[in-house]
Amino acid sequence: MIDQIMMVLVDGINYSAWLFLAAVGLTLIYGVMKIVNVAHGSFYALGAYVAASVMGAWVAYDLPPALSYVALFVSALVAGFIVGPLVERLILRYQYEKDEVVILLITYALFLVLEDVLKLIWGVDPYFIIEPYAYLGNFEIAGMSYPNYYLLMLGLAIAVGIVLTFVLKKTNFGRLLVSVIHDREISAAMGIDVSKIFVLTFGVGCALAGIAGAFTAPTTSVTPGMGVEVIVLSFAVVVTGGLGSLPGVALAAIIMGIVRAFCIHYIPQLELFVIFSVMALVLAFRPRGLFSLAEARKI
Amino acid sequence: MSKVILHADGLNKSFGAVTAAANINVKVEEGSVIGLIGTNGAGKTTFVNMITGYLKPDTGKVIFAGRDITQLEPREITKLGVCRSFQIPQLYNSMTALENLEVSYGIVSLMEHHGSLFTKMHAKIPSYGKDIRQLAEESLEKFGLTQYRDKTARVLPGGIRKLLDIAMAMAVRPKILLLDEPTSGVSAEEKFDIMDMVMKAVRDGNTTVLFVEHDMDIVNRHAERVLAFYAGQIIADESPELALRDPQVIKYIIGETHAARLQEAN
Amino acid sequence: MSFDKTIQRFLLVLIVLLALSPFIPQWALFMLTITGANGLVVLGLMLFLRAGLISFGQALFFCAGAYTTGLLSLTLNVREMSLLVLASGLVSGLLAYLLGFLMAKYRGIFFGLLSLAFSMILYGLLVKTEALGSTDGFNVPAVTIFGWVPGKELVRVAVLGMAFLVIILSVAFVQSILKGPRGMLLTAIRDNEIRAEYMGASARRTVHLFYVIAGVLAGFGGSVAAVAVGHIDPAMAFWTTSGEFIFITILGGVGSVVAPFLGAMVFGIIHTVAFSYSPNTWQMVIGLTLIFVILVLPNGLWSLRDKFRKNKP
Repeated sequence: MIDQIMMVLVDGINYSAWLFLAAVGLTLIYGVMKIVNVAHGSFYALGAYVAASVMGAWVAYDLPPALSYVALFVSALVAGFIVGPLVERLILRYQYEKDEVVILLITYALFLVLEDVLKLIWGVDPYFIIEPYAYLGNFEIAGMSYPNYYLLMLGLAIAVGIVLTFVLKKTNFGRLLVSVIHDREISAAMGIDVSKIFVLTFGVGCALAGIAGAFTAPTTSVTPGMGVEVIVLSFAVVVTGGLGSLPGVALAAIIMGIVRAFCIHYIPQLELFVIFSVMALVLAFRPRGLFSLAEARKI
Repeated sequence: MSKVILHADGLNKSFGAVTAAANINVKVEEGSVIGLIGTNGAGKTTFVNMITGYLKPDTGKVIFAGRDITQLEPREITKLGVCRSFQIPQLYNSMTALENLEVSYGIVSLMEHHGSLFTKMHAKIPSYGKDIRQLAEESLEKFGLTQYRDKTARVLPGGIRKLLDIAMAMAVRPKILLLDEPTSGVSAEEKFDIMDMVMKAVRDGNTTVLFVEHDMDIVNRHAERVLAFYAGQIIADESPELALRDPQVIKYIIGETHAARLQEAN
Repeated sequence: MSFDKTIQRFLLVLIVLLALSPFIPQWALFMLTITGANGLVVLGLMLFLRAGLISFGQALFFCAGAYTTGLLSLTLNVREMSLLVLASGLVSGLLAYLLGFLMAKYRGIFFGLLSLAFSMILYGLLVKTEALGSTDGFNVPAVTIFGWVPGKELVRVAVLGMAFLVIILSVAFVQSILKGPRGMLLTAIRDNEIRAEYMGASARRTVHLFYVIAGVLAGFGGSVAAVAVGHIDPAMAFWTTSGEFIFITILGGVGSVVAPFLGAMVFGIIHTVAFSYSPNTWQMVIGLTLIFVILVLPNGLWSLRDKFRKNKP
């Protein structure tokens, strides 16, 4: 019995770490810019593909495996930080004043475009970069063997969470971000360069998505269309935690990861359904998610 | 002695450390016109919001025509006959003034036809005896909005938006109409005309009117009774003449200088 | 009953098409049928758009309709197309009715992505179901039109004719609703939902109603498509299918009940051209065109008609 619970817990926490990494960029962008970046999934996929290429070269040039993780991280960061701001400056920046529906459609259109751009650059065949995953070996809990990669993902998730919290709470830039999160107009009126903050935030958000993709790549195959499931799941996690809330997305990821692991242990087909059920349940009691920013009275 | 149409019974509401309503007890007689005065944050709009269902009181009851409406949705309360206008006019910005009214009467029509799928625009609304277009045009006339008939709501000037907002609220022919700051944002020259027009249009069917107002001249001119709010409590409940001389009201709301001027005018 | 002008025009087009049918090539007849099927789905999406809502997963109902037709045909031997279409509409409508209890509470991005999630859940279920052929799907047998079994030459025309009948009835229904107070209520909900609620309307019930109507329409579309193509598979529920419907919706605009069909026709042309040049960039073409349309023609192709009218002396 304990073995079963341990199995569910380990699988659950691993999935939670992944959910957190995948979703945190989305909630950050929403919190600051108040837009849901439907193209989030594409940036995740971008990170995965870049990782695939970099690892391909890494292995080909017989470079030290221990440093490959750094390579994964840096390449994803760079990819997200180049493409993200590019997209923001070229197209998104002119849409902020528009109707919510219009912005939604535009990020959706961007998603469609980026999906095919990825196909054009990397083709339609799947990539496998198992090396960083296999290299680390395994560890044992309760008689079951798990890859040490799980620990890496967990560590990465925790590190990202800590760094973001630190930046938001303790740095000047963080304070500017919090100001913009609460009220864009007042922030601009007080002299904050909202435009610069937007492009930086978008870059960071996309980079985070890319990092999630890059570090997931070694655990699965990199194929076209991997972005769709990510945007759907990330959205569920972000909404459950409360749009724009960092602790929210962390808590939601933990809950969903463990509940999902528990459910698919017995009925594997219910995966997506379980995640959305958790979301629906939370929203039924707290319509704005677990943690939500206070909103001023409208009328 | 008219019957009591609205009874606010022991309403309390707090938002964290802020007390927006402290044991509010009010009985409103049918057909009366009441002015709600008080500084910003005194609890006037909270009171209106609790009556109309937008907010639920922490404790206490709201009784309308003998029925407890405290926990009902705004929608249901409107159907029972309590309607409000808004401090910031709530219009359908992409539609013209006429269309705004057509939507309003359209909703009435849908309700009267019990939400039938085949309600038509040109069918008469049974209890009104006219069709939607006719009623909308008449409303425009009653509120002096005919010249703005085909203008998009978004471009209408402030005072006109206010009038349209109130005209829409009147479409349901409410028994009680709550006006939230009907002349705020309206220029000094227009204030009196607009309020006069509103009250004339509204008092046709002996509608009970409660209006929140900062302008004491307007209150003086139109209210039969004044409720003065301060820090969530009602500190005075009397006729305008008495209220404007009430030391508490002068201290917390009007101020000495202004009070003196009003008394001179009286 | 006086016929609305739009309905008259649809009837006219149908009659003309039937008259010219011997001269229209088979592939064109097929394309017109698919255009009609897409148009039906988009008719529903157009209603959502008027209320300010976008469904990213309308393919859910399209697919449900298609599979209903396929299953009834295969397992219960129902071959009569009118019955199949009707049944598909009913099943999709029922599904929409059930899901609507949840969906009608949400707006904006929530509505959009929740609908996407549901469509992907259906996709996942279908792909994993061996009995339905998983990713391969299965074929739909030939149909009868009001009892008549069309000869090989006339099959496409017959299906097109039936599709048109469904379209005309659907358009008439939607038109009558749009012209009534409910039609205005849709736009009112988009503009100021709080106000509408304060007037006594129930935004939730209105959205729920239109969710069901759109579901039924998509079910009709799915059924017609299933019969026309003769084959169904899970891809009909895939997000890319929903994306195409959205594209057509924006392309056509919300100006009229004709707009969805106009958009579907233009889409058909773009699709044929783009796909023959480069199938791997299809999503990109849709995406770029979508951005273009949003920026340049935010009210869709239908708004061009108004622009032309303004220029008349």
